Amino acid sequence: MDTSTLAIEVKGISKSYGTVKALDKVSLDVRRGEIFGLIGPDGAGKTTLFKILVTLLNADEGTATVDGLDIVKDYRTIRSRVGYMPGKFSLYPDLTIEENMEFFATLFGVTVEQNYDLVAPIYKQIEPFKKRRAGRLSGGMKQKLALSCALIHKPSVLFLDEPTTGVDAVSRSEFWDMLHNLREQGLSILASTPYMDEASRCDRIALCNTGRVLDIDSPQHMVEKFDGRIYGIKSHNMYDLLKELRDNRCISSCYTAGEYHHLLAGAGFDLGDLKQRLIAKGHSDVEIKSIVPNIEDIFIKLLSNEQY
Amino acid sequence: MRGFLKFIKKETLHILRDSRTMLIALLMPVVQILLFGFAISTELNNVNVAVVVPKWDEQIRQSVNKLSSNPYITYKGAIAEHEIDQNLRSGKVDAIVVFAHDFDRLMTQWKQSGNGKAAMQFIMDASNTNTAQAGAGYLNNILAGELMQSNSLVETHMLFNPQMKSAFNFVPGIMGMIFILICAMLTSVAIVREKETGTMDVLLVSPVRPLTIILAKMTPYFILSCINLTTILLLARFVLGIPMSGNLSSIIVVSLVYLLLSLSLGLLISTIAKQQIVALLISAAVMIMPIVMLSGMMFPVENMPAVLKPVSAIVPARWYIDAMRKLLIQGASFGLILKDFLILVGMTLALLAIALKNFKDKLE
Repeated sequence: MDTSTLAIEVKGISKSYGTVKALDKVSLDVRRGEIFGLIGPDGAGKTTLFKILVTLLNADEGTATVDGLDIVKDYRTIRSRVGYMPGKFSLYPDLTIEENMEFFATLFGVTVEQNYDLVAPIYKQIEPFKKRRAGRLSGGMKQKLALSCALIHKPSVLFLDEPTTGVDAVSRSEFWDMLHNLREQGLSILASTPYMDEASRCDRIALCNTGRVLDIDSPQHMVEKFDGRIYGIKSHNMYDLLKELRDNRCISSCYTAGEYHHLLAGAGFDLGDLKQRLIAKGHSDVEIKSIVPNIEDIFIKLLSNEQY
Repeated sequence: MRGFLKFIKKETLHILRDSRTMLIALLMPVVQILLFGFAISTELNNVNVAVVVPKWDEQIRQSVNKLSSNPYITYKGAIAEHEIDQNLRSGKVDAIVVFAHDFDRLMTQWKQSGNGKAAMQFIMDASNTNTAQAGAGYLNNILAGELMQSNSLVETHMLFNPQMKSAFNFVPGIMGMIFILICAMLTSVAIVREKETGTMDVLLVSPVRPLTIILAKMTPYFILSCINLTTILLLARFVLGIPMSGNLSSIIVVSLVYLLLSLSLGLLISTIAKQQIVALLISAAVMIMPIVMLSGMMFPVENMPAVLKPVSAIVPARWYIDAMRKLLIQGASFGLILKDFLILVGMTLALLAIALKNFKDKLE
């Protein structure tokens, strides 16, 4: 693929902290104008990859480019072109909204007015409180301010490290709407999240765990290519049901997922047989239905594949 | 340049909004100067003295008059000989002067021939040896000074600080300490705070050079220290009556170099420490203690054990305090503090070089 169409290109990046391998030969591409989601639990290496790509950390091995620039050789240029919003709230709590904005604009040699159009949809929501100190804002407002500050210099690539962690469900959904809006304006966005349900808001995702990428694809395609059989199951005694199913050798994995347990069929699985057996064990109201896997199911399937 | 000014504005806002720290930074010098200048002084300002007079005559009356009119002495009146012990024990008086019964004759003999038998006795409360010695010295000067001066083997002059005021001794010491505290401790904490809150990450991922970040951080503290320098010099001159006989521009030049040195030290600490508390600990343990103990601020360098002398030589405050003593108290010319000055300049350059070499624009 021609590099000019790639916003980020990562090739075999590894990074260790002492004996802990945070990233193990990670490779991925982010195309221009797409929202790419890095999805995985804590310890997946998401933050480390972000820090390497925004040139704060050096990788042990591997190469990467951001906006066509090498992260080692051209790190100074990269720093002026990307927008970075760290996972931890990293603005000045003792400065007001307005002062934070002005400061970050000056940092990049621009003014707030210059790029006001780009940040306006987000900044307008917090502008009425612009005289308030950042430390006294709610979680959602802090996040909007942080995004505004990361955007004020009109970056070509935006890095958002767990932008929705610690934010309520409504604000999270709004936040993804804002990201889609930014994508329309031509920005390339790499965002990480531990919430599997946010995967569907990305154009493409990388599922990762303990420093390795399990799979990269669009969320829809991941669902389509899912090759296992997955069922939702419930009965009057969910706890015993879970133990029962986990002991069953024809079921490769079973886990709680809200109202139903999800079970992934293994070799020799037979639906009618299972139902009979459960009723014999004294379960009543047994209900089993075939379901469309969500990203969490896919993630768990990929994990169980890895273990064998 | 506009960016740099904006940066300074932001740092100034941080300081102004942290009113507690700012108050400490601005009031600490004032409080310390006044504390050391007045409250904590090693000099003796008030000796309670009673006299024992077997037989009053004109000579004794004159001597007692000299005593009671002296500002350092509080005259407590005459007591009987058997009351001496009880007066000293109860702490009513610190010293008792016992005149001989033929005081008049003995004094005349002394004045004529320059020698003779003792004409008076000082009985001191020596539970505090320092005050007892100083008190005896005062009494000696007041009552026998005229005889001793005309006929003594040794003639002592207390140059530069004839009244032996301890403030003269402490002011340079406090200056040596305050500037390190404010420049080094506050700046290092301010830089490390950005690391701790994660804002340093955001600052680094920007076109701004780290050096700009750091210079902008140092500037307000440098200005703060200049304000303190002014306050200290004004207080020293007009409240404590320190002569400041040296050249004012030399005092300022040496002080500015010392400020830069302290800022470089703060920068160096900030490159080592990852948390504010660590920066504070380094500042306190590695800097304050040696400054107080080894710089000659409290204890003379000459009295230090041989092993500690070379250690004291690497304490920057030692050279600054030495230079300030010479300039403020002795009125020395710049040539006489040239050695101190050059050592301070050398240390500043060395610290700055190490700090900049240590400073990374990446994490780890």
